[in-house]
Amino acid sequence: MYRYDTFDRDFVHARARQFRDQLERHLAGELSADDFGHMRRQNGWYVQRHAPMARVAIPYGTLASEQLRTLARIARDFDRGYGHFTTRTNLQFNWIPLERAADVMDALAEVGMHGIQTCGNCIRNITADAFAGVAPDEVADPRPFCEIMRQWSSLHPEFAALPRKFKIAVNGALEDRAATGWYDVGLQLVRNDAGELGFEVRVGGGMGRTPMIGPVIREFLPWQQLLAYLEAVLRVYNEYGRRDNIWKARIKIIVKAFGAEFTRNVEDEFAAILRDDGDGLAPLITEEELARVSAHFGTPPGVREEPEPALDAQIDTAPAYRRWLERNVHAHRLSGRRAVTLSLKRAGQAPGDATDAQMDAAADLADRFSAGELRVTHQQNLVLPWVRAAELHALWLQARAVGFATPNIGLLTDMICCPGGDVCSLANARSIPVSAHIAERFADLDELHDIGDIAVNISGCINSCGHHHSGHIGVLGVDKDGKEWYQVSLGGADGSTLGGPAVPGRIIGPSFAADEVPDVVEALIDAYRAERSAPSERFIETVRRVGVEPFKAAADGVRRTTALHA
Amino acid sequence: MSAPVRFVDGSAPVDLVLANDAAVASIAADLGGVASIGLVFPKWTDGRAYSQARLLRTRHRFAGEIRATGDVIADMMPMLVRCGFDAVQLRADQSQAVAERALAFFPQGHYQGDVHEPLPRFARRTEVGA
Repeated sequence: MYRYDTFDRDFVHARARQFRDQLERHLAGELSADDFGHMRRQNGWYVQRHAPMARVAIPYGTLASEQLRTLARIARDFDRGYGHFTTRTNLQFNWIPLERAADVMDALAEVGMHGIQTCGNCIRNITADAFAGVAPDEVADPRPFCEIMRQWSSLHPEFAALPRKFKIAVNGALEDRAATGWYDVGLQLVRNDAGELGFEVRVGGGMGRTPMIGPVIREFLPWQQLLAYLEAVLRVYNEYGRRDNIWKARIKIIVKAFGAEFTRNVEDEFAAILRDDGDGLAPLITEEELARVSAHFGTPPGVREEPEPALDAQIDTAPAYRRWLERNVHAHRLSGRRAVTLSLKRAGQAPGDATDAQMDAAADLADRFSAGELRVTHQQNLVLPWVRAAELHALWLQARAVGFATPNIGLLTDMICCPGGDVCSLANARSIPVSAHIAERFADLDELHDIGDIAVNISGCINSCGHHHSGHIGVLGVDKDGKEWYQVSLGGADGSTLGGPAVPGRIIGPSFAADEVPDVVEALIDAYRAERSAPSERFIETVRRVGVEPFKAAADGVRRTTALHA
Repeated sequence: MSAPVRFVDGSAPVDLVLANDAAVASIAADLGGVASIGLVFPKWTDGRAYSQARLLRTRHRFAGEIRATGDVIADMMPMLVRCGFDAVQLRADQSQAVAERALAFFPQGHYQGDVHEPLPRFARRTEVGA
């Protein structure tokens, strides 16, 4: 893990002091709500329905146990005892009074955390493959580059007031576990024919009202030139991005509108940076810097390869344990090690939510089993990346005791879900009750495992925090005449092998009423089971093979409230 | 970061005002004899002039005055100075004292290079061998 040095620590403390000054001026009436709004957002403070929401950055999803304990303490002392892990691997608090905001930032700074650029029109927290550095299918570890980009993007003076938010995702593995096609910039580590390391660069993906998959604008960018290239992309965006219409302000709009000219502009600007901005201004990453940062991301002390344990040492005949091994335990680059997902999708709790006690418990599990390290996945679960295979059973027993061992990773109840209208003021509709009703409907583990791999993603509004566009089944809350309705889409994909190339789902007809949604999901699943060619054919594969029509018919068949409109 | 910055009230005109949707390259050939350029923030959250200032300084080596005009508030000072502005015409309701204080929050400097500190932090560290 990256460990802060004196400079990093001073930097986050300085930012906390600057924010306290702005907050105090605001509370004293010297800084208008409008002006202060832009400042607090770039520190992660968003005003919503009941209180400000605080969004804490978890850079590329990597979290130390002591940091998680601090998040637990903040939940306990400042909030109502819980937090919400998001699809962008941040943690959100929902109930902290604004007057206490500066104290929270101080507490975060103590453990090298912050809310810098987690909201607002700036370069946001950078996300990565949650299995970075432990996955067996990795071209190269993306985390050193993520950290270099984190530093480069933190308070970059030129890009502090962009047309709109700007999100970067990085993947280092053969499998795209970072949904890179869906980001403003998606970076995929690759090697060229000469064996040199670089990035394939996608620009202009995004969700929202206009879902788009970012096209590749550079097949191979040498890693040394990463920051210079990003600077070129950002500068073109800062100049040409639309500022007249918030719904058309993301970079994807100009990428689409300008087409090849956009790429030419970026390449021209990139060439000019390298050619004309001399005096060391071109921010080339040096071998020394990559080595310095990479040294933080080695195998943790005490973690080493060991022989795979004999199978009989692992055997527990409980089906729940076997299912957990099958769904929640993942292959590792080191022999004798595994990565393990702690499921945050369990009955009675919103997807991604964790109480202060659960955060403390997860931190304890990380200390006991995973070198004190955790990851946050964009599917809103936690991962222990350094677990000994020989200790899987011991971990399972302890994880089960604190409610983290639901064996449902990648299954229907492993839903992605935003906080929705219960707390978020942007939302058109509630999303958590919808996910709860679906989860209740599919409580039977045998049935869940029979249905198999599927991504059900739920957003409470078109801002798409619940990534409904990339769901194999997507549910989107919409507001009509002050009532909650839900659009259902089918066949979306995040870009992983399972779902095929990233693509937005297709809406399957007029919106449904809230109480119809669980029936619709059940009807879609029934249709899948009727249509699938074999039990091994997954939901998304069946949808691709037979098309949406049988599914649309099944969904329309359960309309009640909306039967007249359909 | 300690580059001198002048607070102006707008009574002294600039030689040239560059609209914030104009390309810096379009005036690059005509900068000879220009002593001051005004860049415009129609809203302080519209950051196009940051890029313009940075390009004027680093790519076109403009050494005259670059003045921030329009909706300019005290809290923009760190970004303005780091992008190469050396004259600031604050919005009428803004305090110069607050603006000066805003420059002092990051005594340790920043990660990325800027107009005054061309090297990013990692390159600075290598230089001093720390």
